[in-house]
Amino acid sequence: MRKRKIINKIALTICFFTALWGLFWLFFIIFDVIQHGITALTPSLILNDPTPPDVPGGGLKHAIIGHLLITITATLIGVPIGVLGGTFLAEYGRNWRVSRIISFLADTMVSVPAIIVGAFVYAILVKPFGHFSGFAGAVALAIIMIPVIVRTTENMLSLIPWTLREAAFALGAPYYKVIFQIVYRGAGMGIFTGIILAIARVTGEAAPLLFTSFNNAFTSYDLREPLASLTVTIFQYAMGPYEEWHRQAWGASFLITLLILALTLLGRYLIKRRFRH
Amino acid sequence: MISSKKEYLFNAFFLLITGLSAFLIIVLLLGIFVVLFSESLPAIKKFGFVKFITTPTWDPVREIFGGAIPLFGTLVTSFLALIIAVPIALGIAIFISEVAPRSVKEPIGTAIELLAAIPSIIYGMWGLFTLAPLQAKYVEPFLQSTLGKLPYIGKLFSGVPLGIDLLTASLILSIMIIPFTASIARDAFQLVPAVLKESAYGLGATKWEVIKDVMIPYCKLGILGGIGLSLGRALGETMAVAFVLGNLNQFPSSLFSPTTTVTVKLANEFTEAEKDIHLASLFYLALLLFIMSFTILAIAKYLIQRTRNR
Repeated sequence: MRKRKIINKIALTICFFTALWGLFWLFFIIFDVIQHGITALTPSLILNDPTPPDVPGGGLKHAIIGHLLITITATLIGVPIGVLGGTFLAEYGRNWRVSRIISFLADTMVSVPAIIVGAFVYAILVKPFGHFSGFAGAVALAIIMIPVIVRTTENMLSLIPWTLREAAFALGAPYYKVIFQIVYRGAGMGIFTGIILAIARVTGEAAPLLFTSFNNAFTSYDLREPLASLTVTIFQYAMGPYEEWHRQAWGASFLITLLILALTLLGRYLIKRRFRH
Repeated sequence: MISSKKEYLFNAFFLLITGLSAFLIIVLLLGIFVVLFSESLPAIKKFGFVKFITTPTWDPVREIFGGAIPLFGTLVTSFLALIIAVPIALGIAIFISEVAPRSVKEPIGTAIELLAAIPSIIYGMWGLFTLAPLQAKYVEPFLQSTLGKLPYIGKLFSGVPLGIDLLTASLILSIMIIPFTASIARDAFQLVPAVLKESAYGLGATKWEVIKDVMIPYCKLGILGGIGLSLGRALGETMAVAFVLGNLNQFPSSLFSPTTTVTVKLANEFTEAEKDIHLASLFYLALLLFIMSFTILAIAKYLIQRTRNR
């Protein structure tokens, strides 16, 4: 009897330490990024164009602008498709067998390696045109976003009770009106949350951008050209030999991490608030 | 007031665009497969399947390409990461669902899931600048002087500890995949009927015995699914590994040797491949990785869905 109690204590204590282990790494990484990043975060880092490594005062303006352009374009492509696709799965196609299959495939696609998507987009949008482009990067990110948004939209729409829809049908409303005025209205916040989490997910991606939007040493607003992004710039700078590059890479990491953690926490908070009542 | 005919048409139109959007998922997945396959066709024709996956040579000059080392590296890093991550993730799931007081459950759960939100490039950079030096200076010499002295397994810890190696890469991967197994296992634990647990407690079982003999057997499919999900993630992880594995095309001789993975090879060579056959071989690697991770992820998702529907 005693022995069993001791084993019980030991096992549960080990479980406690596993949780500590996880938390340890989380705080280690976050503090490390903050500690290195905060000293690198100066106005010139955000506002200035890059300079050669030996000239002080260079910044990441090119990467920040490129990153914003790529992410916004990806959102503009990915969100409508994702929301509409999710709508089909939860509404029109809910009884179709193929919807279950699509839903399953989307679920699987969420975790497909991002670098594979990069290689795919390289083959269809970079190779035929003969040059890298910001647009190709945006498409790669959109492809990563779509299954995420499809699944969250489908889940959020299924939470709307059927009786609500039936009430609207009984008033003679066509299905699209029911979707727009009843279902979307009820699930709006949930869909919005899904979109935020999807944006947070793609903002930190570097792998799909390596072969698509590539990199650019200058500030550019043209999606048809190669565009710099914060993540690819971090890769390039951190692997580079210059101390100044490393400093800027930490600054960029700080920006990205902060943004993503904020978006993720906001998304999770919104979900919690919705499910509380 | 719009006429009912117009409404009917608009409804059909909306049905069409939502349907097309949903079918895009199938189109994309098929498209990825077909495009990767057709791009790698020259390499498939030249090297075949068995020869490609067993040849360790990767020589752009002589145009001989074999994927043995990156494929092996991908599998080894992922399995090492799983060995480290799975017990810890299960421990975390048990801690959150059974041990922790109610007030800390949510914060700890959220914190663990934040590990999955940190971008992989941040893991990579942190690994390169912070973890790798620590590994080289403290952890690896310590392992060498303790475990390295043992017979047989001592060999795993031989070599010069530089920090840029298999062990560091697997450790980083393991941290990244903890949240996936942990959250799936936690969800699965929550589905265990209270009656089952209570009847075990009623027989005088301790908490650990309930967990070990009732909850884990009840949830084994779900847990397996969670592990599969983590494995699928680990196989395809790129940036975190690219920083700390060294991209050296050689079989690792110990845990302290650099090697390469499919993803690292792609990230480093894709834009620099000058010859068509080089690019085709890289696409071939990508295709194999896609098939591998997709299969594992599909099985994992299937297992997870089955436990949810029970």
